[in-house]
This record gives sequence, C-alpha cells and structure tokens, in this order.
Amino acid sequence: MSPVALQMSGVAGLLGIAVLAIVLSRARSATAIIYGLTLAVSLLALFGSFQSLLGGVPDTSDLTLPIGLPWLGAHFHLDALASFFLVVVNLGGASASLYGLGYGHHEPAPHRVLPFFPAFLAGMNLVVLAGDAFSYLLCWEFMSLASWALVMAHHREAGNAKAGYIYLVMASFGTLALLLAFGLLAGPAGDYGFAAIRAAQHTPYVATLVLILMLLGAGSKAGLVPLHVWLPLAHPAAPSHVSALMSGVMTKVAIYGFIRVIFDLLGQPTWWASVVVLILGGITAVMGILYAMMEKDLKRLLAYSTIENIGVIFASLGLALAFQANGLKLAAALAFTAALFHVLNHSFFKSLLFFGAGAVLTATGERDMDRLGGLIHRMPLTSFVVLVGCVAISALPPFNGFVSEWLMFQAVLQSPELPQWALKIAVPAVGALLALAAALAAACFVKAYGVTFLGRPRSTAAETANEIDRYSLAAMFILAALCLLAGILPGLVIDALSPITIEILGGGMPIQANEPWLSIAPIAESRSSYNGLLVMVFITISASSAVFVIHRFASHALRRGPAWGCGFSDPTPAAQYSAGSFAQPIRRVFGTLVFHARDHVEMPAPGETRPARLRIELHDLVWEGMYAPIAGAVGYSADWLNRLQFLTIRQYLSLVFATLVTLLLVLAIWS
Amino acid sequence: MVVISDIIVQGVQMLLVLLLAPLLTGFVRKIKARLVRRQGASMFQPYRDLLRLLRKEVVLADNASWLFRVIPYVTFAAIWVAAALVPTFATGLLFNWTADLIAIVALLGSARFFLALAGMDVGTSFGGIGSSREVMIAALAEPAMLLIVFCMALVAGSTQLSTIAEFLASSYVGLRVSLGMALIALIMVALAENARIPVDNPATHLELTMVHEAMVLEYSGRHLAMIEFGAFLKLLLYISLIACVFAPWQIALLGTGPLAYAIGAGAYVVKLALAGFLLALFETATAKMRVFRIPQFLGAALMLGLLGTLLLFVSRSF
Repeated sequence: MSPVALQMSGVAGLLGIAVLAIVLSRARSATAIIYGLTLAVSLLALFGSFQSLLGGVPDTSDLTLPIGLPWLGAHFHLDALASFFLVVVNLGGASASLYGLGYGHHEPAPHRVLPFFPAFLAGMNLVVLAGDAFSYLLCWEFMSLASWALVMAHHREAGNAKAGYIYLVMASFGTLALLLAFGLLAGPAGDYGFAAIRAAQHTPYVATLVLILMLLGAGSKAGLVPLHVWLPLAHPAAPSHVSALMSGVMTKVAIYGFIRVIFDLLGQPTWWASVVVLILGGITAVMGILYAMMEKDLKRLLAYSTIENIGVIFASLGLALAFQANGLKLAAALAFTAALFHVLNHSFFKSLLFFGAGAVLTATGERDMDRLGGLIHRMPLTSFVVLVGCVAISALPPFNGFVSEWLMFQAVLQSPELPQWALKIAVPAVGALLALAAALAAACFVKAYGVTFLGRPRSTAAETANEIDRYSLAAMFILAALCLLAGILPGLVIDALSPITIEILGGGMPIQANEPWLSIAPIAESRSSYNGLLVMVFITISASSAVFVIHRFASHALRRGPAWGCGFSDPTPAAQYSAGSFAQPIRRVFGTLVFHARDHVEMPAPGETRPARLRIELHDLVWEGMYAPIAGAVGYSADWLNRLQFLTIRQYLSLVFATLVTLLLVLAIWS
Repeated sequence: MVVISDIIVQGVQMLLVLLLAPLLTGFVRKIKARLVRRQGASMFQPYRDLLRLLRKEVVLADNASWLFRVIPYVTFAAIWVAAALVPTFATGLLFNWTADLIAIVALLGSARFFLALAGMDVGTSFGGIGSSREVMIAALAEPAMLLIVFCMALVAGSTQLSTIAEFLASSYVGLRVSLGMALIALIMVALAENARIPVDNPATHLELTMVHEAMVLEYSGRHLAMIEFGAFLKLLLYISLIACVFAPWQIALLGTGPLAYAIGAGAYVVKLALAGFLLALFETATAKMRVFRIPQFLGAALMLGLLGTLLLFVSRSF
C-alpha cells in the first residue's frame, strides 16, 4: 500500500469510528471503545507518517478519488511537509485519545463529543493530505465545523454559545479569504490541482493579494492578532482534550496552509512580504502573552499563550521568507527549521498544559485560578508534569522550547546580511519583541503555576481535590518526556526536518548527526553551538554534588512551623497573591498603554464596616476598536433593512421594477 | 594529554568561581562600609555566614511543598553551570561549546523562574510581592540582556563567549559606539539582576520595596545558604562576563601554558577587585529608586541594546 493510501485508510477509519460513535453514543462503554479505537488508528497513522517523513516519500504518492468536482476528482498528495504535519496531527490525536480514555468518563454529555472527536481528527488529516484547492477547502470547512460542534458540546454553560457564534463567523470569514486566495491562484483557466498551481507563473499583483488573503484566512484560524478574538473564547469552551487539539494541533494545520501556499505554491517570494509577516508575528507574540498575563481563567490563559506561540512561529516564517527572497539558502533553512521545530514543540507542551488544566478542572470543577491553589499537595503527579510543561513553554534549558527559540535568535543574528533597509530595521525590532515575549512568557507561567498549584488552597474544592486517573496521567507523562527528549536531543529533530527544508526551500541545514557529543551547530561551531544533553548532565551533576556535600556535612535538622508573617499572619488564604495581584506590576508597566488599564480603589469612610474594594478596569482595544464597530454597523443596517420586511405587494413589485431598470441602465452605460 | 589539561582548566575554573564568589561579596561589603566610615565586617564574613547557615536547622513553613525544598539546589546548580561557562582567566574551556551566551542567559532565567515559584509556594503576601516584582524586573532585564548579546555577537560574529572574548582580546577592535551602548546597558542589567542599588537593596529585610529578599523570606538554614551562595555566584558571573568581553586583557588563550594561566588568574583577581570597588562606590553614591521607576531604568537599558543592535544592522563598523 502506498503511503498516501495508508494515510487515507487511517482517515477512513476515523470517519468510520465517528459513525460508530453515533450508533453507540448512549451505550455505557462508548467512551472506552471510541477513544480506544481512535488511539489505535492515530498511532497507526502516526507510525505511517513518521516513516514517510524519515524514509522519504516516493514521487508517485498521489491518490485521486472520484468524488468532488466531476472533471477534477479529489486529489490527495503526500510529501515531506505534509508528512511532518501529519506527525504533529496524529501525535496530538493519539495523546488526546489516550487522555480521553480517562477524562472522557467525566463528560456529562458524551454523545455530544464522541462522534465529533474522530471526525475532527479526520478533518485535520484530510486538510494536510489535500492535493487540490477544492478538496483543501472542503476538508478545511469540515475541520472547522467538526471543531465548532465540539466547542458547542457544553452549549448551556455561560458564554459558550457566544464563543461558538463568534467562532462560526470568524471561521466562515477565514474560509472566504482562502476561497478567494485559491481562486486567484487557479487563475482564469481554473485548474485547481496544487501541481498545476505550482507550475503556473503568478504576477506580483496576484502574489500580493494571495499573501493578504492567506494572512486573513490561515491567520484567523491560527490566531494572528488582530484576527485572534475567537480563539480565547472558543478553545477553552471545548472539553479539555479537544482544547488541546485545537490549540496544539489545529492552529498548526492553519500554519501548514500558510506554508503550503506562500512557500510552496506561490514560488519565489518577494522581500517585502517578509516584512509584513515578521511584524505581524512580532506583534502577535507580545500581545498574546500580555493578554495571557492579565487572564485569571486557566484555560483562557493557555489559549492566549497559544496566540503568542503562533506569533513566534510566524515571525520565524517571516525571517525564512526574507532570507529566501534574497537567496540566502542556509539562513532561510535555519529560520524555517526554527519555525517547524517550534510547531512541534508547541504541539507537545500546549497539549500537555491543556491536559493539566483539564485535570485541574476534573479534580476541582474550577478554571478560575483565584479559586485554586495548593494543588501540589493534592495532585503531586499532575503538578509535576505541568511544571515540566511550564518550564518548557517558558523557553528554559534543557527543555525543547529553548531550542527553537535559540535557533530563531541564531537566525536573527544572520540577518545583517539582508540588503533591504526595511528588513535591516524590522528584524532587530522584531528580535527585541520576541525576546520580550519570551521573558513575559516565563513571568506568565510563573503566575499560572504559582497561583494554581502552589500556595494555600483558596476554595474547598481545591482543598479536597484528588489525583486524576492513570490514562490521563500517562498521556501527560508521555508528552512531558517528549518535551525533555526534544530538548536534549535537538540534533535528531533538526535532521528529521531537513527533507522538508530541502523540498520547500531547496537547501537544508548542515547535518547535525555529524556534530560531536550530539550538540547542534546551525552554521558552524565557532559561530554558535548548543548541547542540551550536556547542559542537563551538568545541571544534574552540580545539583547532586551540592546535595551530596550538604547532606554529608551540613545539619540535617528540620522543623515545621507556621509561615513567618512578620508579626501579622494572613488570616485567610484569600489574602495570598492572586492572579490579578501577581500581574499588577506588569499591568502597570505595559497595561496602561496596551489595555488602558486602571485600578480603582473604593475605600470606605472611617467608621464604616464595609470592605474596601479594588476594581481593575481593562479594555480589549482590538475588540473595542475593530470588532465592536463592525458588529454595531451590521446590527444597525440589519435594523434598517428590517423595514423592508413589512411592505405591501405593490411596494415590493415597484422595488423589483426599480432594481431591474437600474441594472439595465448600469449594463447600458457599462457597455 | 591536551584533554587532561583542558579538563583541569575547566575544573579549576568551576572551583575558582565557587571559592572567589563569597570573597567578592565580602569585599564589596567591606568597601561600602569603609566608604561610609564604618569598620565593617571582615572580607571573609560571607564564608562564615554560609558555614553558620549550614550548621543551623531548617525551619519549614507548614505547607511548604517538595518543590520548595528542591528549588535551592536547582537554582544553585543552574547558576553554577552558567558561571562555569563564562571564561574567567582563560578562554577556550573544554565545554564552552556546550552553551553559548544565549544559553547562559537562559540558564540564569531558569534559576530565576524557580526562585519566583519558591516565593509563591508558602502562600504568604511577602513571597507573592517578591515574586511578582522579580518577574516584572526580569521581563524587562532579559530582553535587554538578549539585545546586548546580539550586539556582542554581531561584532564578534559568534555567540560563543570564548570566541567573543578571543576576538575582542586579540584583534584591534577599536572604540565602537555599539559596544559602548552594550556596556552601559549590560551594567544596568547586571545591577538589576543582582538586586543591587538602585534597583533593590541587598542589605535589607525590612523595606516594603524589597524584591529579591522578600521572595526568599521563608528560607532558612542550609536552603538559605544555597540561595545566598547562588546570589554570590551570580554577582561574580556578571562581573566576569563584563571583564571577559569589555576588559579581556591578559586573559589566557587556549593551550598557552601554565605561566599564561597564572598571569590570567592574577589579572582576573585584579579585575574583580576593581569592579567590586567601583560597584561599592556606585552603590554608596546612589539612592535606591521606587519600584515603579525600575521599568524606566531597565527600559533605557533595553533601548540602548536595541539601538546598538540597530546600528550594527546598519553597518558592521559601528
């Protein structure tokens, strides 16, 4: 069986499971059966895509099914780029299924989740496999709708209906942009096959429009600022393992679409395209993490952090475009590898963190961090793996997040060779924005972990939480191990990614397996090198030697006592630092500009017994400045057009007549 | 044979930073005391403090978790590894290719990340205030530091610290505007990172504006010793970093023999003493600033770093 046929049979299997789920949905054992089957199929598909990524794909890996447009058929194609994204999709799918085996039992309405979960996975696989514009759009829409159904699984909870509505509007808008982009690419001849589009010559005018439309279409699905508004509403609304898939995997499918069109189909890029992508990426990264910093809902914080990571990936892609446009193949390969590496890393740690948030939600029923705390005592294993995820996402060595950031900074340092002035100024500025985003990410995850898992419990639910089931824990431990492995053996990942850079950019990074001691050196060892394994070994050795010396020679005495309150111990756990108070210094530094943040303190007059109150005022300027006016205009015009609904038959007929005359007049003047 | 001598140099370097770090802090304290006409404690007082802390029992808060007990060792190890990767008296250390300057910055970031978590662990307001302010300072100091790294890397064509030091020591670099900006920015960042005046006061437990000391308020005994030792090492690390990049004179190049190493070590001690003296002088002459003035201070460092990098993007000769 050819690799693409193998993948397509995996998709067929997933669709079959979706049908089975409809049949079984009310059965008691449905959860175990459906997630078990999805896990098996995802693992098979993962194995297949892994093999085609590492082993290379034969050129004949095409499959045409006689469905879709009658004269076209539905093409499916597998190459190195698609194989890599299939690895991301199916790894996410497999871990989410494993997690679902345990987590799914807490689902109040399984029949709303089970049929759509495999369908959603199948949709994401299909988007990556699609080999012509028509099937791409169809699969894209299928993926969007399946995920929308999952967002609406708990439609009675407050805010979820609104989230679903905004998601639907933004997804339709995104698909419209993609539709127009592919229409332009196919040209007047209307050949929708990717191979034909790739072979055709595109005018700069078309290329510009396609870039803008792809930024709107793929960017809105990925969460580029200012198209991100639906993401922090919709991702947290879904059940947690679906949130993990949406944040960790579906945003990557959008990035796949962007790479496929801009890097692959459009041919040689122009340099100014890279400036747009770079700046959008940099702004998205900083804005995303600042939103996350202000958030106190754990799952929404994670969703906002996804926006930050998408910004980082887009900035790297922008760098790759800049190098590619100027023919600097090695540097382009470096930036592109950094982007793909970050795609992989983000799918690992964001899935892990959403699983952790789901575990907290299961154990306590709370997503509000200000009602959590102290979970490290009640849920030791969960808090350990979530800590690993937090360290990894904060880009700290020796975990994987650091490696991709490091590669990206190395790519930034290559860019003085770029000849264009706009790039010479934009690249250092974006480098500074990315450095700021990385530092803010660490601050944000100190807050997320510190408020949720450390300190004293802020509610009885947090006080009486219990560790979650073994399946969920297994899924989280596997992802945490992958975070560490990708961090200490980055050379293997970079080598695995090199077929993609060769295929897309026509040049790859040096083979890292030749470097001694498994270290990585993107350009040459004298310029820069990093060895995650040795860093970890050194930290382990020095920490254990410190522990050894201390325990050999120092006092062993240990006494437990009440915390030192400087003469006034906090009477209640509510007096601890909360999510809002932890963010206060950063809110004062950045918030007044970015969110028009104000703190209002209402002090009771002396003698009054009511408590003092602090109210924090934050404005989402993107929503208020862009979406609220649009929504207002739509509402206003709908109200106005409403008058047309109650006319007499005479008036309707005269309207029809007037329209006809106007059209004829226009036609007459036009020709 | 070469490998053995390399290992010895690397090992000596690791132990040297460990031995010298408390002395440097003691020296700075002594000079500060003398500058305000006090006798001051002996220069060796930090060693005695560490030994005293090691002998004392640990008093843990009732609800301190396992993480709270692990963090002192993790932060100490991260800072120690970072300090061992900065060339002190000789470049071309055996393991310098393990981590470049970006990785060293990130290692210090790891140490701070965990220390900030420790501040949140017991759940008192003091820990929270310290942690939240520390991450605010870090959120500005880290990007500034990375831009300084970009500056140096663009001048030397490498992010490897040894290569940068060798480049700046051997060839004639001359006065560079960008390097000047980087030096000023680096000093500002170093003051903030080490919780020195004017950003934070290392000598107080009682001010409401304290940052670093509030964060570690719950620590005692051997745990506190580890954290204090980490802080000593961090000060030494930043001074070594400034010395090896901006004052790389007499630093021994790889494989130049024992005499060069001895000269390098002597020069290194002199550089440390000079930097310590200047630090003490600066701290005595300045007042601590309000917490919410710190963003402006560090913002200036960030902008200097950005300006230096921009100049280098415009032309390599700046």
